[in-house]
Amino acid sequence: MRLSKAWLIAAKDLHIFLKKRNLLYSAAVLPLVISIGLPLLLRFISNRPAVTAQIMERYLNAFSILPVILATIIPTSIASYSMVGEKVQKSLEPLLAAPITDSELLLGKAIASFIPSIVASYLASVIYTVLSDVFSRAKLGFNYYPNSTAVLLFLALTPLAVILSIGYNVLVSSRVSDVRTAQTLGFLAVLPFGIIYILSEIGIFSLDIQSLWIIAGMVFLVDILLFFFSSATFQREKILTEWK
Amino acid sequence: MISVEHLTRKFGAVTAVDDLSFEVQEGEAFSFLGPNGAGKTTTMRILCCLIAKTSGTASIGGYDVANPADALKIRGMLGFVPDDVGLYNELSVTENLKFYARLYDFPEGRARQNIEHFLKLLGLWEQKDVPAGTLSKGMKQKLSIARALVHEPKVLCMDEPTANLDPDASKTVRDFILGLKSEKRTILLNTHNLSEAQVLSDRIGILKTRLLTVGTPGQLEESLWGVKTEITLASPSEAVSQAIEKLAPGLVEVQGDKILVKVKDAVSENPAIVEAIVHAGGHIVAVSPLVSTLEDVYLKFVRDEK
Repeated sequence: MRLSKAWLIAAKDLHIFLKKRNLLYSAAVLPLVISIGLPLLLRFISNRPAVTAQIMERYLNAFSILPVILATIIPTSIASYSMVGEKVQKSLEPLLAAPITDSELLLGKAIASFIPSIVASYLASVIYTVLSDVFSRAKLGFNYYPNSTAVLLFLALTPLAVILSIGYNVLVSSRVSDVRTAQTLGFLAVLPFGIIYILSEIGIFSLDIQSLWIIAGMVFLVDILLFFFSSATFQREKILTEWK
Repeated sequence: MISVEHLTRKFGAVTAVDDLSFEVQEGEAFSFLGPNGAGKTTTMRILCCLIAKTSGTASIGGYDVANPADALKIRGMLGFVPDDVGLYNELSVTENLKFYARLYDFPEGRARQNIEHFLKLLGLWEQKDVPAGTLSKGMKQKLSIARALVHEPKVLCMDEPTANLDPDASKTVRDFILGLKSEKRTILLNTHNLSEAQVLSDRIGILKTRLLTVGTPGQLEESLWGVKTEITLASPSEAVSQAIEKLAPGLVEVQGDKILVKVKDAVSENPAIVEAIVHAGGHIVAVSPLVSTLEDVYLKFVRDEK
């Protein structure tokens, strides 16, 4: 696999994304709403006398995974557009006729989705952690963020979640023929992390360092499997002959 | 340059291409003429390594289209103009071309020269910085052709390059392809436009799932009934008919005031025919050669196939 080819495709896609404002807006709106909305919710909760510092800390611990959930949502619009967008513009046929391999094409698409997604995820995470500290400091008496769990989530799980979402969305978008279906199915990438959030919220699961390392390891494995599965099952012929 | 033997492609129970065999020499312009659904696009896609064959063999420049190791080499040799232009609407005209030049590892400097050359030649230079999505249909088609040529491919595959274009844009594209032909590029063209095939091709294959016939435009035109001489008489008579029949037994057909005579070489045979008619007392109004058109040939083969 030639990385130069993958990068060339990624650079082209990034260039197109930057010119497609509605795509950027749709990727930015939800992270902004959540990264500002959740801390505002914490502020509202912290004002209630029944909420002790301990309860507040539990909320913050459970909310810590939300930036990771965001990281799986953000790539949905961008990654699902990657293949279906080519299909809509009917630009996939000349692209597939060029001397590139399926792996180079898929990696290029993944890189193009990864860069804006990780930037948006980190921005949303920074906004969320700063505002959360501002609104919870009075109740806790200290800044909850940064902490070792948040750093692990930020540096390991967030990029791995972005890659998982991209891998899944590219896989979906190479199999469906319209952007809406791709995005609808693409949102399912959020499910595993949504389940982790719910389990931690109801106390079955604790987001401590050890469990997060295990989750990160599993996501890493799934990321690799998804890439190879996408490459192995990518069918130029099906895309060209069955997409109308 | 292109060699195809017994190529077959089936989609489930439907046979899109059936036992197709043909060759295209280096520098030759070969057209597939056929109705919609004749298998033209499928054949081109197989040759461009975009879809697989069911059976048979096909190679370009000695590389086997079915061999994954050869596929990249084949694609690198080809310039492909799909029936849908497939441009990146958000990118400028130049950006579209630069992207493809890089994809083919074409040297940057020569790519720049080629981009300028082809854009000027196709009348798109003024639009070089304009987003491709804002171009007219004809301009997009021209850009699609420029994209296929920017890396100087050995073989150019064009699928319906003038379909859906207005007559003016069609002519520009056709003239451009004629220019490429004069450069002795190997061209494989799919079309259902008869005049386009006739003007642009060294040889034409009439395809309707199977290859019905193949030849130069001239050979195809003569293949139906050869050459006939049509003689219009002021007043037809039995004596005249008998005189010609004597000269060309079994090759004469009388249609009212017209006599049609099948000839092999009109230049050498017509004077004797005219002399015989005059000698038999006939008054000739007009003598003209009658050749079947490509349209006649096309319709005969395609209808017979039904």
